[in-house]
Amino acid sequence: MGFRHEVRLSGTGGQGLLLIGKVLAEAAAVYDGKNATQSQSYGPEARGGASKSEVIISDEEIDYPKATEIDFLLCLTQESCDKYASDVKPEGTLLVDSTYVSSVPEGNYRVFQFPITQKAKDELGSATVANVVALGMISALTSVVSSESIESAILARVPKGTEDLNLKAYRLGRTLVEEAG
Amino acid sequence: MKADPKGVLTGAHYIDGNYAIAEGALAAGCRFFGGYPITPSTEIAERFVQRAPHVGGLFIQMEDEMGSMNAVLGASWGGVKSMTCTSGPGFSLMMENFGLGLMLETPCVLVNVQRGGPSTGLPTLPGQGDMMQARWGSHGDYEVIALAPDSPQEGFDLTIHAFNLSERYRMPVLMMTDECVGHMTEKVVIPSAEGIEVEPRRFTKKPPSEFLPYEVDESLVPYAPIPGEGYRFHVSGLTHDEQGYPVINAEAQDKLVRRLVDKVKKNAADICKYEEKDIDGADVVVLSYGITSRVVQPAVEMAKKKGIKIGQIRLIVVWPFPEERIRELAGSVKGIVVPEINLGQMVLEVERCAAGRCATILVAHAGGGVHDPETIFQAIKEAAK
Repeated sequence: MGFRHEVRLSGTGGQGLLLIGKVLAEAAAVYDGKNATQSQSYGPEARGGASKSEVIISDEEIDYPKATEIDFLLCLTQESCDKYASDVKPEGTLLVDSTYVSSVPEGNYRVFQFPITQKAKDELGSATVANVVALGMISALTSVVSSESIESAILARVPKGTEDLNLKAYRLGRTLVEEAG
Repeated sequence: MKADPKGVLTGAHYIDGNYAIAEGALAAGCRFFGGYPITPSTEIAERFVQRAPHVGGLFIQMEDEMGSMNAVLGASWGGVKSMTCTSGPGFSLMMENFGLGLMLETPCVLVNVQRGGPSTGLPTLPGQGDMMQARWGSHGDYEVIALAPDSPQEGFDLTIHAFNLSERYRMPVLMMTDECVGHMTEKVVIPSAEGIEVEPRRFTKKPPSEFLPYEVDESLVPYAPIPGEGYRFHVSGLTHDEQGYPVINAEAQDKLVRRLVDKVKKNAADICKYEEKDIDGADVVVLSYGITSRVVQPAVEMAKKKGIKIGQIRLIVVWPFPEERIRELAGSVKGIVVPEINLGQMVLEVERCAAGRCATILVAHAGGGVHDPETIFQAIKEAAK
């Protein structure tokens, strides 16, 4: 059996989950030379409604494209946390935005709670980069994709003129995890 | 001939299936897109719009899907490789003029990124429920060519192939993909232009004075007039003769419609394309297409662990259906398992060809997601009994 790492990024439409999923997957596939498949599921609303983005990273060819035994779950809303926490595999990792998630279902997984959106507002003056702060945390909490590759992928994907803000957001995410030890 | 380097974005890209289809079209030489946006197909138009100004292409957003399909037919008669994309209700609206394209023998490509139906159904979620509509959705007798990619890479590769088939047989060709493949992002490697073979329009070699727009030789495929070179032609959705003029009687109908059907049927061996795995000695064969061919892999692994002799056939070209091959297989296996994201469509073809000589087991899914591999595994176990 080869290595297969499953990530699910969940929350609501407009939080930028599809973007960070693509950044993470592109970093793995293009810059780290692994195989990576990113897929997504969202509702018809422009904003709001459940949204999720999934990334499968493997050193083998990826057939089944969806996450079923999740290594890493990000939840930016209470609803997504309630719905998906049970899909995390034993010893997996659950990262929640405590700005919106107040109760985390108990389970056999590591839980990290940070006020991600609040921190993005306070430190960077923008809640819209909360997704990239979360990506920085994912990077610091797992070592599946190299941090240099993620930074390269951020620069390749984010809108022109927002590169600095997004890099700051990413590094803030890493720092918050590192400071928490 | 080789692809025009202008449209070929050589290199490794990390793009979704929809972008890959747009890139395949540009690499194939498509320079006109008549579009009307609809989820989950819109990214194909979006990518074409971004790239068209750099390659001398043109995009027009039409008033609706009927207008889109007609604009595509018109552009193709103007000598330009043309396409459109749609989904769900848009595919229904395009059916009338898709039939017109078949009748006029107009090369072009129509992409359907399937979502859940009927009606507006599930705009953002996957389905494979339009497979029979692809075959029979327009009125009258005809044959179609339809392809089903299972990855963004194949979205790129098969779109080029779809354009080539549309030029070879002078007809609209369908790309029957789905929301999963359309919105799935993976690495797509685009070769250099010298590595891409594209088929040019089959222009007539006759002078304008001798040219008849629907005269055919043994290929059964007419030759196109060269636009702007003094060739006169008349095209009509009415039953027509070699000149393209309406002839409303049973003889003309018999001659034309049989030829439209025969040009695909008699070339089925050239058009059909499928991939087989572990077929020799298999007791059970799983037949799949599109995203479902990837979803069956965990089920196949489970079956192998149980000691079931399991083979696979993946349809790459879904229409025309590989009748001969399925007839052969039906004589040598216990059962054929057909998972699809609909309540039973391509399985009807499998049943028809198997004609009771082996079991055919549908694993249905109404749409909105992909199968749980466990349900496919249960069907494989049932078939192996």
